[in-house]
Amino acid sequence: MSHSMRPQPLDRKFVTPGVLVLLLLAANGLVWLGGRFLFGLGAVTNLSNQYPWGIWIGIDVAAGVALAAGGFTTAALGHVMHRAQYHAVVRPALLTALLGYTMVAIGVSIDIGRYYYIWHPLIMWNGSSALFEVGICVMIYMTVLYIEFLPVVTERFIGRVNLPGALARLNTPLDRLLRLLDRTLDRTMFVFIIAGVVLSTLHQSSLGTLMVIAGQKMHPLWQTPILPLLFLLSAVAVGFPMVIFESLLAARSFGLKPEMPILGRLGRMVAPLLGIYLAFKLGDLFVRETFVYLKTVSVVSVMYVIEMLFGIVIPLRMFMTPAVQKSPGLLFTAATLVVGGVLLNRVNNFIVAYTPPYATHPYVPSVGEISVTVGFIAILVLLYRAAVIFFPVISLPDRSLTPASKYSVRG
Amino acid sequence: MKSQNRRSFLRASTAITAAATGLTPTTAHAGPKNLLSPDRLGVLVDTTVCIGCRHCEWACKTAHDLDTPPLETYEDRTPFEKMRRPDDTALTVVNAFASPARPDLPTTVKVQCMHCDHPACVSACIVGAISKQKDGAVLWDTDTCIGCRYCMVACPFQIPAFEYGKALQPDIMKCDFCTDRRTEGKLPACVESCPVEALTFGPREELVRVAREKIRRAPERYVDHILGEHEVGGTSWMYLADRPFGELAFPKLSDRPAPGVSESIQHGIFAYFVPPVSLYALLGAVMWTSRQRAADEEEHS
Repeated sequence: MSHSMRPQPLDRKFVTPGVLVLLLLAANGLVWLGGRFLFGLGAVTNLSNQYPWGIWIGIDVAAGVALAAGGFTTAALGHVMHRAQYHAVVRPALLTALLGYTMVAIGVSIDIGRYYYIWHPLIMWNGSSALFEVGICVMIYMTVLYIEFLPVVTERFIGRVNLPGALARLNTPLDRLLRLLDRTLDRTMFVFIIAGVVLSTLHQSSLGTLMVIAGQKMHPLWQTPILPLLFLLSAVAVGFPMVIFESLLAARSFGLKPEMPILGRLGRMVAPLLGIYLAFKLGDLFVRETFVYLKTVSVVSVMYVIEMLFGIVIPLRMFMTPAVQKSPGLLFTAATLVVGGVLLNRVNNFIVAYTPPYATHPYVPSVGEISVTVGFIAILVLLYRAAVIFFPVISLPDRSLTPASKYSVRG
Repeated sequence: MKSQNRRSFLRASTAITAAATGLTPTTAHAGPKNLLSPDRLGVLVDTTVCIGCRHCEWACKTAHDLDTPPLETYEDRTPFEKMRRPDDTALTVVNAFASPARPDLPTTVKVQCMHCDHPACVSACIVGAISKQKDGAVLWDTDTCIGCRYCMVACPFQIPAFEYGKALQPDIMKCDFCTDRRTEGKLPACVESCPVEALTFGPREELVRVAREKIRRAPERYVDHILGEHEVGGTSWMYLADRPFGELAFPKLSDRPAPGVSESIQHGIFAYFVPPVSLYALLGAVMWTSRQRAADEEEHS
C-alpha cells in the first residue's frame, strides 16, 4: 500500500476561519515583539535580575527543540534503519522540525539583549559552555534540515519552472540547475541525514546540561547530573508522539483520512521509549532520594507529580494498549499527553525549578511574553499550512495508480 | 557470515562509544586554572568592623559614572529596612542584619561580585565574554557579550545584573574590581572610601593569613570561618563575621567549583570529538547494512 502513497501538494484554500484566528494571534504577538525592540526586554517581559530566563527560553527554545525531535527520530527510523513503510511520515516530521528550529532560532534572537550580535558564537568560542554547544549544534542542524528539505523543493519545481516575462529565458538553465542539485543531493543525502541525527543527540542532551551549572538555584527534584541523559531520552520518547499528534491534527484540519496503520505502528514503539525515560526518572528520584520533596504539597511537588503522572505514566499505559493503536481518538489523546508532558518538563526545568537564593517573588510570564510565544506558535502553524499546500509534503494516495474511491477524502 | 560481521562491527563501535563516554575526566578542573596567579588580589571584608555608613556604595557609583545621589543622603538609614541586591544602578549594596546580642548595633554586610577563582559565569558564557584575570578580577567584555544572560543563571551568588530597560546595547553590570582605578595605581573605590577600614585590599594569600590571625587573636569576636576561602573553590573577596554566614543571607555553598559538574559532562560528551564521531560511524554502519538487507529482501521476494 505504501507504494501507492506519494507526497503531493494539498489542493486546499489557505484561508479558513481558523486561519484568520491564527493571523490575529500572530499579529498580536508581533505587536508585543515590536515593543520589545523599541523599549527593551524590561518593557514587555517580567524578566528580572532574579529571573533572567522566562518562557521565551523555557517554551520557545527548550520545549521547541524537544518537540521538533520528530525530525531526527523519524529520520533515524525511516532512513538510517531504512524502514520504508514509515516514509510517509518522514516529510511532515522534517517540515515540523525545520519550522520548529527556525522558530527556536528566532526565539533565541529576540530573547538575547543584543540580537544584532547573534552571530558572535560563530567566531567567539567557549568550549566549556553548554550554551555554546547548543547554539552551534542548533545552527548546524538547522542548515542540515534545510538541506534535507531541498529535495522537496526540487521535486516541486523540476519540469515546472515557469518564470514570467523576460525571466522566462532562465527557465531552462534553472531547470537544469535543479536537476543537477537533485542528483547531487540524492547521492550525498545520507551524509546529512546521519549528521542530523548525531547533531540532534548532541544538542538535545546539552540542552539538559544547560541548567546543571545553575547548581542549587534549581530545585533538587529536577537538578541532577543526569539531566543531559533525561533530556535526550525524553526527546527520543516525544519524537513519535509529536508526529502522531501533528499528523492527526493535520488530517482533521485538511479533511484527510488519518494514516492509522503507520501511526499505530509508530505508537507501538512509544511505550518502550517512554518506559526507558520513566525508569531513569524514577531511578534518579530514588538514587538521590529526592522523593522526600514530594511529601509536602507545594508548587514544585505538584508540578513534578503532574509531569510524571500525566506526561509519562498514563500515556505509557495507554500506548501499551492495542486498542489505543487502532483508535485515532485514543491515539491522539495519548500522544497529546506525552507532548504536554515533555513541554511541562522543559517549563519545570527552566522556570518552575529555578529558585534563586535572593528571590523576592516568583516569576510569572507577562501578557507580552505569552502573546509573543502564542504568536510564534500561530505563525508556525500558518507556515506549516502554507508549506503543505505549496510543497509535496503530505502523502496522498497516488491517483494514477489507485481508484480514487478507495481512499475517499473526508469532509 | 555477513550478519556476523555486522554484529561484531556494531559491538566494536558500541564499545568504542562507551569507552569514550566513560573517559569523563574525573579530574576536570573548572575555570582557567592556569591563569590563577599566586599573587592574585582580593579584598577581606570584616563585617564586625563595618558601621554601615554606605560610603562604599557612593564611591562605587561615582567611580563607575552611575547616577549618584549626594554623599549626605547616605546618612539616611531607611534603605536598611529592606534587603537590597546589587543591580544595574548599584554594583555594590550594604544590607543590615539585626544582631541578637546588640539590638542597637546591626551587623552590616557589603555585597558585590565575589570574583570567584573558578567562576561559573566564565565557564557558562556562550562567547567567552567574561574572563578571570591574572590579578584575580572577573571582568566582562562589552564588545563580545550578546546579552543571553546565561551568566546570571549560572552565578551561585546571584550577582550579574542586566539593563532590562535598554533596547539597544544593554550591558551586564557587576563589580569590575575597579580595574581602571587600579591600573592608575589607586585602590578600589570602596576600599579607599571606607572610613573604618572594614575592607582590606591585598594579595589573596596574604588576606587569608590576615583573616586567620584575626580569628586567632579574637576568637570571641569571630566565627571560625572565612567565607570565600574555600566556597565554590575559593573567591577573591572574603568575609569575616561574628555569626554563621547563613544568618547573614549568604547562600550555603559547597567547596567544589561551581562549573565543575557541568564542565565534566561537557568535556565527557566531547572528549576529543570521539563520542560524536563514533556515533556517526555507528549510524553509518546501521544505515549501510539496513539498506543492504532491504535490497537483499527485494531480490529474494
